[in-house]
Amino acid sequence: MTFALVGNQNCGKTTLFNALTGSNCHVGNFPGVTIEQKSGFINNYKNCSVVDLPGIYSIRPYSAEEIVTRDFILNEKPDAIINIVDATNIERNLYLTLQILELRVPTVLALNMMDEVRGNGGSIDITRMSELLGITVIPISAAKGEGISDLIKAVVNAASQKTRPAVTELCSPGPVHRCIHSVAHVIEDHAQKLGIPSRFAAIKLIEGDDLNFITRLALSQNEVELIEHSVIEMENERGLDRNAALADMRYDFITKVCEASVIKGSESKERKFSEKLDKILTGKFTAIPIFIAIMAMVFWLTFSIIGGFFSELLSTGIDSLGNIVGKALSGYNLNPVFQSLVTDGIFAGVGAVVSFLPIILVLFFFLSILEDTGYMTRVAFFMDKLLRHIGLSGRSFVPMIIGFGCSVPAVMATRTLSSERDRHMTVLLIPFMSCSAKIPIYAIFCAAFFPAHSALAMTLLYIIGMVIGIVIALILNKTAYRGKPVPFVMELPNYRLPSFKSVLLLLREKANDFLQRAFTVILYATLIIWCLSSFDTKLNFITDSSNSLLAFFGRAITPVFKPLGFSDWRIVSSLIAGFSAKEAVVGTLSVLSSSGLSELNTVLPGMFNGLSAVSFLIFTLLYTPCIAAVNAIKRELGSGWKALGVVISQCVIAWICSFAVYNIGSMLL
Amino acid sequence: MNLDKLPIGRFAVIRSVNGNSTLRLRLLDMGLIPGTKVSVHKVAPMGDPIEISVRGYELTIRKDDAALIELNEEA
Repeated sequence: MTFALVGNQNCGKTTLFNALTGSNCHVGNFPGVTIEQKSGFINNYKNCSVVDLPGIYSIRPYSAEEIVTRDFILNEKPDAIINIVDATNIERNLYLTLQILELRVPTVLALNMMDEVRGNGGSIDITRMSELLGITVIPISAAKGEGISDLIKAVVNAASQKTRPAVTELCSPGPVHRCIHSVAHVIEDHAQKLGIPSRFAAIKLIEGDDLNFITRLALSQNEVELIEHSVIEMENERGLDRNAALADMRYDFITKVCEASVIKGSESKERKFSEKLDKILTGKFTAIPIFIAIMAMVFWLTFSIIGGFFSELLSTGIDSLGNIVGKALSGYNLNPVFQSLVTDGIFAGVGAVVSFLPIILVLFFFLSILEDTGYMTRVAFFMDKLLRHIGLSGRSFVPMIIGFGCSVPAVMATRTLSSERDRHMTVLLIPFMSCSAKIPIYAIFCAAFFPAHSALAMTLLYIIGMVIGIVIALILNKTAYRGKPVPFVMELPNYRLPSFKSVLLLLREKANDFLQRAFTVILYATLIIWCLSSFDTKLNFITDSSNSLLAFFGRAITPVFKPLGFSDWRIVSSLIAGFSAKEAVVGTLSVLSSSGLSELNTVLPGMFNGLSAVSFLIFTLLYTPCIAAVNAIKRELGSGWKALGVVISQCVIAWICSFAVYNIGSMLL
Repeated sequence: MNLDKLPIGRFAVIRSVNGNSTLRLRLLDMGLIPGTKVSVHKVAPMGDPIEISVRGYELTIRKDDAALIELNEEA
């Protein structure tokens, strides 16, 4: 049996999903769109799976999320719907419930956060509410695990009995009620043939028929006119247009249900606490300084303290493991080619990437805590005004900030954005935020060429990346993503302590995700780079890389880079190697110039002049993201071709910018 | 008066939700319907967006969008 989990954003849906399924869940995308699809089996019910649908406020199709939810329910025909409702904000949440009830699918209402309602002296008459809505209502607290087993029993029961909602009249007598009835009456026979609930079809026709019911129901011209006539009559009688009248009808019904079953408590403790905290965290003068302080703290802890420590530990571990394996292999007298493949290829390449795992996990740990406490929505709240100028909303700000750490988790973090358009645009902008792997390149070049103004030069590079990103966003906003942005309608949930279990589950998921990639795409990429640098054009195994295939290709495409001021094949080869990971740029330069990392700043002035060094820095700042990031981009954009497009356009942008810098610079100097 | 101009803390009743976009439908679905009581709860540090109270909860919307909501002034 399949159950669909449907509810508003911030109503505890993910917490309930985790409580229902434990950790045996599967994450993917809905077919055709890049909206996350999570599904898993219910604990101890091996034949029951739950699909976590995107958090939405209404089934009306504003964006991909609502369409995904609606189409899943209509086309995949789940055996039952678990509708989760935040009991502390019950009026608004029940709006979606009423729309779900119109679909006439077996449904159970999970009334979440009942502990909070009780804690503030409120109560809900569950029996009365259940009678009025015609479905089973189960009070739960997803965070505390209360009521979960009752909920599972109820939904399994509803699904196996195929219990449709008992109440069909979800409105009070009046013009709207009459209109729905007369339209439903007109289409009843047609709807029955198609197996669609006639009241649902009637409401869709009144609202404006986005499901093309007129054709699907094979309505005659006469019937269509009849429907339009009764809608206009209703609008006149009610004094509201059709959409307002229908929304009003639902809220009117909800008010009646709540009056009969809900006793509101005193003002919630959680609310009061959040209000107090918000006075500081979103205060006029305090919000932005505190935000900068928090982010600086997170980055500092991630990149230099905790993540850095574990990362170094892990890479030392991998290195010594590589040495042991290398010694064992040479002791075994294995063919040196294979030995090099294992040690220089797999261990060096995959090891370099895997050593990022701690940094990614630590970063995600902090960010998911900031997200789960409700702070990130505040960031979106006070940053919205800035991002609106480039056609994005405040929600895109956080992934972009993460991009300064590493593009991979940044791209993964766009999953939290609520519209597909914003997600895609943000993904495209992230590579312009200089990731931490570029720091070694910047540091060594700035030390070699601008020793007096190193910090200034590095800061400028970060700013150049952001400025180009903004320009690209403005262009995208006028071209590929011209469509209207999804309205910025958002809630600031109360601050909550994050659930430790949810954070751990998320980390496990990200780790699996990352390792899976490290051992597939990245393994292939490092093997290719290894092959290119270990064989010559006649495929003989070589130790001097200046005769390697990599050098050959480097020399072959050097003319492309000549207009940018670098004609040394070693430079071009380092850029090719940079595709596997940006750290490889410096590594390759040091290998190919046969100098240690510490001597590089004395060797580099022989390969570059000041202007070509700037041109090179601009190029490395802007050109293709590394293979791991490209793979993440591919997954978020849902297409390999689009990811390839990102690679090509980034390279073109980098080339143009470097060309401009080098040539304008040559003219001026 | 329109909702973007309503001073913080004062209550008013919605007269109409204008505009002809998906935004209007979304606002209706969120419970901003003619006859509903609203107030402005707080304003973001840069002056936009605003947070409004409606039907017992708080909702963040942009000022441009709030301008689409006409109010009847009333205590």
